[in-house]
Amino acid sequence: MAEQPTKPDNTRIIRRLLLTVVGMFAFGFALVPLYNVFCDITGFNGRFTDGQAAANTRSVDTNRTVNVQFITRVNKGMPWGFEPEVSSVRIHPGETKVVNFLANNPTGQNMIAQAIPSVAPGEASLYLNKVECFCFNQQPLAAESKTAMPMQFYLDPDIPEHIHTVTLSYTMYDMTENATPDALAAIAQPVN
Amino acid sequence: MSTVVGEMDQHDDHHHHAPSGITRWLFTTNHKDIGSMYLWFSFIMFLVGGSMAMVIRAELFQPGLQLVDPHFFNQMTTVHGLIMVFGAVMPAFTGLANWMIPMMIGAPDMALPRMNNWSFWILPFAFAILLASLFMEGGGPAFGWTFYAPLSTTYSSDSTALFVFSVHIMGISSIMGAINVIVTIMNMRAPGMSYMKMPLFVWTWFITAFLLIAVMPVLAGAVTMVLTDKYFGTSFFDAAGGGDPVMFQHIFWFFGHPEVYIMILPSFGIVSAIIPAFSRKRLFGYSSMVYATAAIAGLSFLVWAHHMFTTGMPVFAELFFMYCTMLISVPTGVKVFNWVATMWRGSISFETPMLFALAFVILFTIGGFSGLMLAITPVDFQYHDTYFVVAHFHYVLVSGAIFSIMAAAYYWLPKWTGHMYDEGLAKLHFWASLISVNVLFFPMHFAGLAGMPRRIPDYSVQFADINQIVSIGGFAFGLSQLIFLWLVIKCVKGGKKAPAKPWEGAEGLEWTVPSPAPYHTFDTPPEVK
Repeated sequence: MAEQPTKPDNTRIIRRLLLTVVGMFAFGFALVPLYNVFCDITGFNGRFTDGQAAANTRSVDTNRTVNVQFITRVNKGMPWGFEPEVSSVRIHPGETKVVNFLANNPTGQNMIAQAIPSVAPGEASLYLNKVECFCFNQQPLAAESKTAMPMQFYLDPDIPEHIHTVTLSYTMYDMTENATPDALAAIAQPVN
Repeated sequence: MSTVVGEMDQHDDHHHHAPSGITRWLFTTNHKDIGSMYLWFSFIMFLVGGSMAMVIRAELFQPGLQLVDPHFFNQMTTVHGLIMVFGAVMPAFTGLANWMIPMMIGAPDMALPRMNNWSFWILPFAFAILLASLFMEGGGPAFGWTFYAPLSTTYSSDSTALFVFSVHIMGISSIMGAINVIVTIMNMRAPGMSYMKMPLFVWTWFITAFLLIAVMPVLAGAVTMVLTDKYFGTSFFDAAGGGDPVMFQHIFWFFGHPEVYIMILPSFGIVSAIIPAFSRKRLFGYSSMVYATAAIAGLSFLVWAHHMFTTGMPVFAELFFMYCTMLISVPTGVKVFNWVATMWRGSISFETPMLFALAFVILFTIGGFSGLMLAITPVDFQYHDTYFVVAHFHYVLVSGAIFSIMAAAYYWLPKWTGHMYDEGLAKLHFWASLISVNVLFFPMHFAGLAGMPRRIPDYSVQFADINQIVSIGGFAFGLSQLIFLWLVIKCVKGGKKAPAKPWEGAEGLEWTVPSPAPYHTFDTPPEVK
């Protein structure tokens, strides 16, 4: 081994390689937060952040005002009372609004109902976005009680110029016989 | 460093006679002993994993459930894959590296001989743990060698901890082996052996070792996450706890794709040594071979998600991974071109190493082409998880990696044992293997295109004929390997005396030492022109 002094240091290479091993082990775990950040930023994997949802509603078109009317009715044979808190609101496209709908169950039985919406003119239904609505779920209501049910919505700023009035109507149906387990559980709780 | 080299000097100076008995093998730091142990170990594992394949093919011989229950069938496919990847192919390459790299670069031994001993001797324990888990209540791993979550977390048997620990040990062994190879190549080349004079087997192993260093720790991380998800309440891959099972696939294939190149790059090096030797010409395009190998290694980090096209990736990502995957065929094409150009107008003779090398070039290319088909995103939706995939990766791993290992064994057996192997028996082994491997794997393409899913113990009756042919090919291929076992034992025990350079056209430092290679070679570094 006459050439031994001219050889590079083994330990230096070993140290670097071991550091790489440790680093790559850590990188494997770092992939977990990286993956989440990447999916949040790009929206890949079906993830949409609050930021993106909010961004759609940010631009409020204050130059225009649209009249949104609310109509309610109950299906034939349905004993509930059901009406909007206000009959209409005037809003700018892009502006978010909450409207309460009042329901009362005058019967002596716990009941479950579901509201089915409809929008007129049909063209406007593409631009009316509900962020939250009582119509998304079945609504339980105990015997001889009443409730206020919120509906949050905004109009897409892209709504065509010629639409000045949008009518949103709800029909309330008795779903007691066809209730979902969730709704049944909700109504079972306070009675017992 | 001084201590390591100091010990090695002492070893060289004072212990020229190997200790005898079992302690010789237990405590050896000699690269040739360790190389032999690696090779024998990998061959035993090849037979163990192969017998599991026989169970699989026997069950699939006809539709319906005949021999084993589905849970055991799943354990067989899983452990067959794990053993063949980590127990057969990778240790065989490490064994070849141990034997050949020091002799090829004119070094007296590996740079870190004690670690070398360690990295071999932990392997039998890893596989003992893995195989023992098969006998536990609830059975061994049954989630496929890819251990996708939640199959390996929520739905796995209690033996999963043993699987995780055995993979940890295999990973540690591979990493230690890779560190040893890198340090040896960087620090122990004979004077005059510049990087661009190294034989291609050394080059391809050098690059493979860096791949191992980069991705085996990621595999270790993935199995650790599976372990904590299953036993310690973490939620890396559990959506209910805020994790994501698809993320498992990203992490696994970030390891998994470089891993498949770890199993093929040394093959390229072997074939690049054998084809010139039996064509009696220099290798065509040496430097382009080196750059192509490096390019394949680099690209291997950018293609992992082509295993996951059906997970619902965005179209942009699918296109990115599709094009990157197809790009790999360019450096691979360079290699195949160079091998063919080496043979062009060569004075070719067809001894068994050359036959296996030629079969490698043709059959590996078939496997590469089916890989290109799988890379096409829209058609992958049809091929995904069918027997077409099984056919593809067995073409590149059996008639690719394993055939190259066979070629290497025949090429260097005279150097290792000092005897010529039985050429007649070897030809029989080659032709039996070549025919049966194609009967075994080629019809799988058709089964896959017709829609037969992989990893199932039963199938609908229209696949019966194809599966019967495949199973017959499987049994024939399995039996053919016993010829090889017999041949190697015969060659170790005796045979025609091998000269220092048994192959007329062979080049390299390993042929300058006598056959069998003395226990210590290149105590004084050779001159490299």
